[in-house]
Amino acid sequence: MNEESQRLPVVSDQDVVRVRQLVRTAAVAAKLSLVDQTKLVTAASELARNTLVYGGGGHVEVTPTRSERGKAGIRIVFSDEGPGIADLDLAFTDGYTSGGGLGLGLSGARRLVDEFDIVTAVGEGTTITVVKWCR
Amino acid sequence: MPLSPDEARRFADLLESHAEPLTARWTELVVASLRGRLSGAELHRQTTDLRRGFQSALSAGAIEVTDGAADELRAQLSELSSNRARQGFTATETAISIYALKEAVLDVIGDGDDALRLYVAFSAFVDRAALFTFDSYVRIRESLIADQAEQLLELSTPVVKLWEGVVAVPLVGTLDSARAQVVMERLLQTLVDTSSPYAIIDITGVPAVDTQVAQHILKTVVAARLMGADCIISGIRPQIAQTIVALGIEFGDIATKASLADALRYVLSRNGNKSSRS
Ligand SMILES: Nc1ncnc2c1ncn2[C@@H]1O[C@H](COP(=O)(O)OP(=O)(O)O)[C@@H](O)[C@H]1O
Ligand SMILES: [Mg+2]
Repeated sequence: MNEESQRLPVVSDQDVVRVRQLVRTAAVAAKLSLVDQTKLVTAASELARNTLVYGGGGHVEVTPTRSERGKAGIRIVFSDEGPGIADLDLAFTDGYTSGGGLGLGLSGARRLVDEFDIVTAVGEGTTITVVKWCR
Repeated sequence: MPLSPDEARRFADLLESHAEPLTARWTELVVASLRGRLSGAELHRQTTDLRRGFQSALSAGAIEVTDGAADELRAQLSELSSNRARQGFTATETAISIYALKEAVLDVIGDGDDALRLYVAFSAFVDRAALFTFDSYVRIRESLIADQAEQLLELSTPVVKLWEGVVAVPLVGTLDSARAQVVMERLLQTLVDTSSPYAIIDITGVPAVDTQVAQHILKTVVAARLMGADCIISGIRPQIAQTIVALGIEFGDIATKASLADALRYVLSRNGNKSSRS
C-alpha cells in the first residue's frame, strides 16, 4: 500500500538503536507531537528488544500510513520466527518477565500506542503490529 | 540507457579477447590515480577480479548494472567501496578506479565502423557502475561515522564532582547495557573516592527512557544506597515523564527533579551545613 516503508534486520543491540533512530525520523516526518514521538520510539525500543532477546532476532518494518479519514500515522511491524508466546495473558501481565527484565515492555508498549495487534504461535514466531496516529 | 543485448555481448567479448592488455592498462591508470598508496600487485589483483566481474555479468545477459545478472558485479563494487572507505580513500578516488576502465577500453576497442557507437554504449555502462560504487562508498562511510560516534559516546561518560559531597553523572545518548555498566561502575567508584553522600543522575541527554534504561538506573540507585549514598534523578523532560508513566515504571521513593540545578538545590537544602563549600 505504501512504497516508503523501510525494513531493518534486528540481530544486535546496535540494530535496536537503528530501529529507534528510524522510528524517530519517521515520527518527525509524520509530524507527531514530541510526546507521541517519544512514546512511539520507546514502544519500538521495547518491542525490537523483545524481537532480539526472546524472538532470537527478526525484522522491523516502519511504514508511514494514513487513516480512512486522512490522518497521518506510523505503522510498525515487528516479526520474528522464535519460540512464540504460549501464555499471552501472562506475558501481558505488568511485571512478568522470563528473562530478568522489568516485565513492562509488552504491556507498556501497548499503552504507548493507539493500535496494537499481536499474532503468535508456539514454535512459529511472533508478529506485533502497532500504529500511532497524529492528533 | 541500458545496453542492447548485442552491445552487452560485444562488450563481454572485448573484455575477454583483450583481457591481458586491458587489465594491464586499467591497473596502470588506477595506480597513477592513487599515487602509490596501494601496491601495484594488489591493484592488479583487484582489476583482474573486476574485469572478470564485468565480463561475467555482461555475458550472463546484464544490460544494466542493476540487473540480476550483475548481482555478483555489484557485490564486488560494494566490497571495493568498503575497503577503500576503510583505507581512507575519498569517494572520488574510489569511483575513478572504475571510470578508468573506460580509458583502458578505448585503447583496445580498435577503429572498426561502429567502434565509436560501441564505445559510447560501453562507457555509459561503466559510468553507472562507477556511480553505483560512489553511492555505496557514501553509504559505507556514513555507517562508519555512525559507529565511531557511538564508540566515542561510550568513552565519554564523565562522572563529575559537582559540589562538596555531590557527584553527578550526565547521561547522553543511548544507554545500552555495556555502557550502562560502565556508567554504574564509574559512579560507584567516584562515590567511594570522594566519599560523597549524594549522586545526581542527569538524563537530560537521553532521548528515550525504555524499561532497559530504567532498570539500569534503578540498579545503580540501589547499589549507591547500599554504599550509603542517596541518588536523585534529574533532567526528566515532560515527554519522558509521560512515557515513563505509560510504561508503568515506578521510581518509588527515588527523588526526581526537572533539572540538574533543581536537583543540586534540593540536595543542598536537605543537607544544609553538611555540604557547605568549605
Ligand atoms: N517476541 C517474543 N517472543 C517470545 N516471547 C516473548 C516475546 N516478546 C515477549 N516475550 C515474553 O513476554 C515476556 C514479557 O515481555 P516484556 O513485557 O517485554 O518484559 P521483559 O522484556 O522485561 O521480560 C518476556 O519475558 C518473554 O517471556
Ligand atoms: Mg521486553
